[in-house]
Amino acid sequence: MNGFDTNVILEWAPLLFEGLLVTIAFTLGSLVLGLLIGLLVAVAGMSRHFLLRLAARAYVDAIRGTPLLLQLFILYYGLPAAGIKLTAPVAGILGLGINAGAYLAEIFRAGIEAVPRPHVQAARSLGMSSRQTLVRIQLPQAIALVLPPMANEMISLVKSTSLISTISIGELLRSGQIAVSITFAPLEIYLVVAALYLALNLLLSSLVRHLEMRTGSRGRSEANRTLQDVGV
Amino acid sequence: MISVRKLTKRFGDQEILRGIDLEVAERDVVAIIGPSGSGKSTVLRCLNFLEAPTSGEIFIAGERLGYEDDGRGGQRRRREADLNRQRAEIGMVFQQFNLWPHRTVLENIIEAPILVRRQPPDAAIAIARALLEKVGLLAKQDAYPSTLSGGQQQRVAIARSLAMQPRMLLLDEVTSALDPETIREVLDVIKALAVEGMTMLLVTHEMAFAREVAHRIVFMDEGRILEEAPPAEFFSRPQHARAKAFLDKVL
Ligand SMILES: Nc1ncnc2c1ncn2[C@@H]1O[C@H](COP(=O)(O)OP(=O)(O)OP(=O)(O)O)[C@@H](O)[C@H]1O
Ligand SMILES: [Mg+2]
Repeated sequence: MNGFDTNVILEWAPLLFEGLLVTIAFTLGSLVLGLLIGLLVAVAGMSRHFLLRLAARAYVDAIRGTPLLLQLFILYYGLPAAGIKLTAPVAGILGLGINAGAYLAEIFRAGIEAVPRPHVQAARSLGMSSRQTLVRIQLPQAIALVLPPMANEMISLVKSTSLISTISIGELLRSGQIAVSITFAPLEIYLVVAALYLALNLLLSSLVRHLEMRTGSRGRSEANRTLQDVGV
Repeated sequence: MISVRKLTKRFGDQEILRGIDLEVAERDVVAIIGPSGSGKSTVLRCLNFLEAPTSGEIFIAGERLGYEDDGRGGQRRRREADLNRQRAEIGMVFQQFNLWPHRTVLENIIEAPILVRRQPPDAAIAIARALLEKVGLLAKQDAYPSTLSGGQQQRVAIARSLAMQPRMLLLDEVTSALDPETIREVLDVIKALAVEGMTMLLVTHEMAFAREVAHRIVFMDEGRILEEAPPAEFFSRPQHARAKAFLDKVL
């Protein structure tokens, strides 16, 4: 086994491709869950009710203050001790989604708060309820503001899926490890694995950029602020 | 139409409004003037319940704003939906226009009528177009606010308030953020509304305009109304020393 062996790549391509599909599936699944949690927690964090705000704060702090790997271990290895047995895929999606949700909640909250107060007051003065104002005035403007930090979060999520290899899910990194353990060609295999992660992330960010251009031409330039201004 | 009794407002330990009494009758046009920081905007914001008064009472067409009888001889804060209904009856136009940048001119105007008044979209659009015609901006119905001049944005903002068919309009220094050349077009719209009999309470730094359209001038200083008089009287013979000093400075 000398030099760079391209045959080994071709030979193991099907397994790696399968791993890639699993990674994509877990990314999408946990992204949907994370977006949902993120939005709910962001709104809860701005609620009139103290307890809701406190719960949202505690959630975000707890998740951001502990390693994702540990969170996955607690869900998969820890919960059975409390009588809750999750399958590996469920624990994986839950763990990644709950984790992404905390980061997305902070992004959404900053985005919603970055919508100028006077736009909100104009809506309220016309008799719109706080919910109507959130849905019709704040969220549409916030979306343009949160797209760039959201893209970062998505890229980070793609990379985080590699951690679920530790709870025996055959995603991309794990497929690579299996291939390496049989072929003893770590350089070839891991470089291909890296290329696949990179390709996936480049695809994702170009998708977001496309979205940004579509929303940015209106909302963003006029809101005249970016999330950097409000500290995200 | 509007009746304000002993209205006070505190922010922290600062008393910004110290007992405001004010009556605005139907078809009245009242201009509030006074030095910066005297509490003019705060009065308007209380009238729209964007700020809750610290004490005192506000009645709109006889109905208490923000509070209702609790059935035991006391008062309790109105429910959110009820408050929104009251807010919808009083239009407010802001210094900075505050049009929503992600919506076209027409969409800005029909939003609240459809959402709050449950108007069918067709009817809301017809009303919006008539109002745009009135403020001279029908051609801009599909434009986004950022492509309009300040004066045009402010005229759209006025149309947006009028689309709710409010009982009265509150205008807070609506020309202060405008270039001199576009001020007149906004003042003309307001004047036309006054002639039509729209009830208006406006805060302004434009003394000539206040004199021209207002039936009454209210002079505020340090959270109090010091003087209230018809414009001819107020501008030629201000009674209060503070009012005199203020007029000397701005005229
Ligand atoms: N939300 C708030 N919190 C704390 N203080 C406030 C708040 N809103 C207004 N104030 C203070 O209340 C005072 C009166 O403000 P207000 O905006 O009503 O004055 P104004 O007469 O409209 O002045 P201007 O002519 O400059 O617009 C100011 O000193 C202001 O700093
Ligand atoms: Mg003011």
